[in-house]
Amino acid sequence: MLAGIVSYCESMNRLGELERAIMEVLWESDDPMTVRQVGICLTDRELAHTTVMTVLDRLTKKGFVRRQRAGRAWRYRPAESREAYVAELMLTALDQTGDRQAALTRFARSVSGAEAAALRAALEALGGSRRD
Amino acid sequence: MPVAVIVLGAVAIGCVPAAHLLASAQWPRRSPAVAIALWQALGLGWGVATVGALAGFGVAGLEAGQAGRRPLLTTGVSTLARTSRGGVTTAPRSGPGASVATATERAARELFGSAGPAARFSNAMYDLRLVSLMASVLLLAVLCWILLAAVQGVLRARHRQMALLKLLAHGDPKVPGALVVDHPAATAYCVPGLRSAIVISAGTLNLLDQAELAAVLEHERAHLRARHDLVLLPFTALLRAFRWSATAREANRAVSLLVEMMADDRARRHRPARELATALLRVGVSGGGQAPTGALAAADQPGGDLAARVTRLLRPPPDLPLYSAVLLCSVAALVVIAPTAAMLLPL
Repeated sequence: MLAGIVSYCESMNRLGELERAIMEVLWESDDPMTVRQVGICLTDRELAHTTVMTVLDRLTKKGFVRRQRAGRAWRYRPAESREAYVAELMLTALDQTGDRQAALTRFARSVSGAEAAALRAALEALGGSRRD
Repeated sequence: MPVAVIVLGAVAIGCVPAAHLLASAQWPRRSPAVAIALWQALGLGWGVATVGALAGFGVAGLEAGQAGRRPLLTTGVSTLARTSRGGVTTAPRSGPGASVATATERAARELFGSAGPAARFSNAMYDLRLVSLMASVLLLAVLCWILLAAVQGVLRARHRQMALLKLLAHGDPKVPGALVVDHPAATAYCVPGLRSAIVISAGTLNLLDQAELAAVLEHERAHLRARHDLVLLPFTALLRAFRWSATAREANRAVSLLVEMMADDRARRHRPARELATALLRVGVSGGGQAPTGALAAADQPGGDLAARVTRLLRPPPDLPLYSAVLLCSVAALVVIAPTAAMLLPL
């Protein structure tokens, strides 16, 4: 029983890690890729064709990957660029209104204007320039 | 009017000036935990008392003629049940409209027992009571709904964060246990939950030195350990439902600041306060953390919170004396217990 759970967790972790590796491959590529092409980019992992297909399928279901028919095979491409996803993460963290405030807890807001000037002076007084 | 309704009304109305008083008080920064308990009590007490007072006013007239006193909760529930079944007593006509009409007539007779202007007044009074009862049911439904909606929104946002972090974030030896996202803006935050994460941007890694980063991690770990997000959730939900309410805004702002102060206190136990203070100042003036959209309403972004935290770290105020803390906690307990008792006891 326990061994079953452990092996399940391990396989889930492995899948998560593979998702990441495959996203990297797709982000690097300029064109949509077939399952075979993705597998070739990850030869050092010695993945079965079906494994790559399963992971691409999962990513498609999650909305991170789009696919289109090309002849008899599917071709896969990222739904958004890496930068767009990073921007989404950051925007959620920075826009602390409504639900988002409860969803994440942010260390400090950045301030501007007179308040920033006052804080900068305080930082100076604390010896904040020691790093420079 | 029954004692219960007077107690409920008094608490419901009293909570609003009490919240203003608490928002502008200076003592909360001396004992944030006590202040948070008081905020929670005010929120819960207000909810119970307002729903109870509206319902109590609604059923007070209907039950005036009945022998014996019963708790307001059972009276309210049985009145609602009878109204929805159709007819307060044996109704000569049928259908929901008929039952309301019958109930009106009956209540008018019970209350004033005469025809003419007095009866018209009693009819109006009865309508008012009915509206009050409906309003209480509606308010209760709205309060439950916004809480559920907020929970759902929060869970969805966190799920999305975790999914993206799994694809994008990586570890860094400078911040053990945290996830690093490659973005130049200086920001640090945590994603609370059963599977939590602390996220540090590459901008923050460049901005802060090793000691400051450790202080930031301690601060975020304190949030995760104490589940401060659960403290914040009802207040953000309340603000979402009552955006126009200055009290809801004040409460939300005060509680978020108090929660930050609690995490600052916890971090200060493990790291020098000065490191946390300079980390706060550096992230605060980095400027890169400004949200690009106009989404941050000016009213939600009052100045001074960051300065208040820094001042508090560098010159920690003395804790509240024990007797004050005990007194304030008793007040908090009373604000919740009084309206609950008024609902449950036969007053």
